[in-house]
Amino acid sequence: MLHFVLTRLLSLTLSLIVASLVIFAVIELVPGDPAAFMLGLNATPEAVAALRADLGLTGSPVARYLDWTGGLLRGDFGQSYTYRVPVSELILQRLWVSLPLAALALALSTAIAFPVGLLAAARRGRATDYGIMGATQLGIAVPNFWFAMLLVLVFAVNLRWFSAGGFPGWEAGAGPALKALILPAVALALPQASILARVLRSALIETLGQDYIRSARAKGLSQGQALRRHALRNALIPVLTIIGLQFSFLLAGAIIIENVFFLPGLGRLIFQGITQRDLIVVESVVMLLVFAVITVTFLVDIAYALVDPRLRHRR
Amino acid sequence: MIGVRDLSLSLAGRPILRDVSFDMAPGRIFGLVGESGSGKSMTALALMGLLPQGAQVSGRALLDDTDLLALDERSLCALRGNEIGMIFQEPMTALNPVQTIGDQVAETLLVHGRATRAEARRIARQKLDRVGLPAERFPLDRYPHQLSGGQRQRVCIAMAIALRPRLLIADEPTTALDVTTQSQILDLLKGLVADEGMALLLITHDLAVVADMADDLAVMRRGEIVEQGPTEQVFRTRQHPYTQALFDASDHQPEGGSTPHPAPMLAVRGAVRTYPGARRGLWGRAEPVRAVDGVSFQLHRGESLGLVGESGCGKSTLTRAILGLEALQGGEILLDGQAVEAGQPMPPDMRRKMQVVFQDPYASFNPRHRVARLVAEPFHLTVRPADADARVAEALRAVDLSPDDAGKYIHEFSGGQRQRIAIARALITRPELIVLDEAVSALDVRVRAQILDLLADLRGRLGLSYLFISHDLNVVRAITDRVLVMRAGRIVEQGPTDRVLAQPEHPYTRGLLDAAPRIPPQWQQREDGDERPVV
Repeated sequence: MLHFVLTRLLSLTLSLIVASLVIFAVIELVPGDPAAFMLGLNATPEAVAALRADLGLTGSPVARYLDWTGGLLRGDFGQSYTYRVPVSELILQRLWVSLPLAALALALSTAIAFPVGLLAAARRGRATDYGIMGATQLGIAVPNFWFAMLLVLVFAVNLRWFSAGGFPGWEAGAGPALKALILPAVALALPQASILARVLRSALIETLGQDYIRSARAKGLSQGQALRRHALRNALIPVLTIIGLQFSFLLAGAIIIENVFFLPGLGRLIFQGITQRDLIVVESVVMLLVFAVITVTFLVDIAYALVDPRLRHRR
Repeated sequence: MIGVRDLSLSLAGRPILRDVSFDMAPGRIFGLVGESGSGKSMTALALMGLLPQGAQVSGRALLDDTDLLALDERSLCALRGNEIGMIFQEPMTALNPVQTIGDQVAETLLVHGRATRAEARRIARQKLDRVGLPAERFPLDRYPHQLSGGQRQRVCIAMAIALRPRLLIADEPTTALDVTTQSQILDLLKGLVADEGMALLLITHDLAVVADMADDLAVMRRGEIVEQGPTEQVFRTRQHPYTQALFDASDHQPEGGSTPHPAPMLAVRGAVRTYPGARRGLWGRAEPVRAVDGVSFQLHRGESLGLVGESGCGKSTLTRAILGLEALQGGEILLDGQAVEAGQPMPPDMRRKMQVVFQDPYASFNPRHRVARLVAEPFHLTVRPADADARVAEALRAVDLSPDDAGKYIHEFSGGQRQRIAIARALITRPELIVLDEAVSALDVRVRAQILDLLADLRGRLGLSYLFISHDLNVVRAITDRVLVMRAGRIVEQGPTDRVLAQPEHPYTRGLLDAAPRIPPQWQQREDGDERPVV
């Protein structure tokens, strides 16, 4: 197991180094001057030169790469050109919205998907199964912003249980802040839950055909016991893969939902960064997302090994 | 104790079992033999109440006074594992890979509420000891992947007998195992029947296994029991023609063959293939494993050479090296004087000379291609001749199929026919050497006899050489002139097949021969041969 964790950690570090090189090189190698690009067509040469100095674009590429990555390690992401505040501050603010939102959406999606997937697998080929398959098909096909608008219409406009958007900030207390995240989290979770439930169902059905399920039945386990005690854990590997992918997606991919609910999240930050040509913000947020995705992948790998002893013992 | 009466079964309207009746008594072994699809396993699953969905059952199966076929699912769950235990054919996949063996044995006790967690673990320990998995080498927290096939089958047996059931059903329990492991598992089952007084329903396709084990015997064909009685009597009288046919096929000796020339077709000289050892700690590794350890032999033109050994002895690695799929670390392999080099494309002419037939006739074809394309496949490696279609027809005729079969898909054929197609595919390049890797192991006895006849006939007609890899000594006896016995990467004995199998010199060969189940020679004389009805 130790060997497994260490090799994964090594590959995580290597991936991060490669990713930082690629991101740096893209900014570095694209033709044209980033400073001129950021300032637009009408900028004066003096302004461009000043920005170049600001951006640290003077000096050799190697020195600048080391400077940039060194800053990242210390938590110094540089200064945003448009906001005129440290990028780390910007990211931290947004992270406090995006991270809880992603976690909440993922928890909801998993909490919905597991019972639904198990039920569909247990009732395979019967009316319940067909019903669930139909509903999840719809859940995947319908875009999440449409869910979002429906939720706003029902729970904010008609029932007035939730506000239609905006984020009061954590300073207002955990209650109101969480309340503001519930509708967006549900809107994000429904399509993800549909995908996850279908993956779980098909993994379970494949596992239910295995010889060891027959052995378990011969021991006297009922169909349901065999499903829960033997099939579920064996079916987890593909499910964990999907959960890992979903978390990475939810962290940055919630941009449309953030817009529908006026949430100041990472997705909006990166979108604004791109439209305002604030390369420092874009560079840093992309690096942060890469870090998040690679870390989640690492955690999923560890989870694989916890689920399956054959991976722990692999030479 | 168990009385099955007029058990009939149909699946989706198709009859599977017809009026099956037999009786079993405590402390006795009842053998059920027949070919695949004869309904043996379905009979067992009917007793367990584990039939596929949509099965229509009639008749009765009485365990004392309880009719098993009339019970609801809840009562059946209470009965399975408790009154009736069952073990299956494939021990490699019969255990949950993510649970320890201790948990899996203890679960039988826990699910029936017969023990606390601690007690269940204690009893699981006892049962594992009983089936020959002692605590010091097999602690409860072992996982299935850390055990061999035979050891896993022992765990399955421990699971099945944890609550001392009155009936144990063993469905082909040793078919997937090596002969020495098979004989140990069969001894274990025999001992359990004697010690615990349980009844054993032994399902097998292997007449020699039942001859050795069963007190009573029933022969099944197409869902019906055609003959039953005390084992010795059934073997001696063979009243039903089908019993006779099975018996004849089981030690069938094909006629024909050819006389080998002294010219070498294949020469292996000092072949060595090692694999890196298991990882120890962070950086360390154990000693490399020598899978093939200095093997040398020659296969003459027109000769049929057997290679026998148990799983893990290196015969598969050696075969792959001969086919050019595995690089050697030492020694050389010469096919008709030309060196076989792994990792480099084999010259077309060399490729033509050597073809291979694998074990599983179900898995070795692409189901989306027609037979014509499947059979012509080796031409991708050589050059597609102008008369390819005529050659396909010729190859199909050579294996007693019709040239019209070329337009069909593989699922339209039975296992035996598929193996004929595999042989046709090997013949298409007009090879000189065919490597037969367990080529008849997956086939029923009567089909196997036909394929052996076909192979002998082809060899005589086309002057082929065979390298025949098998774990089955009976088959090797039937088809080879000379045999190599392989163990732990080395050839421990070689010589003419008749001599090696009649007077083995190496203790390992003797052990293999002793472990192989055999029908007692005195049973082979029919008692009332003249009364046999004409088919």
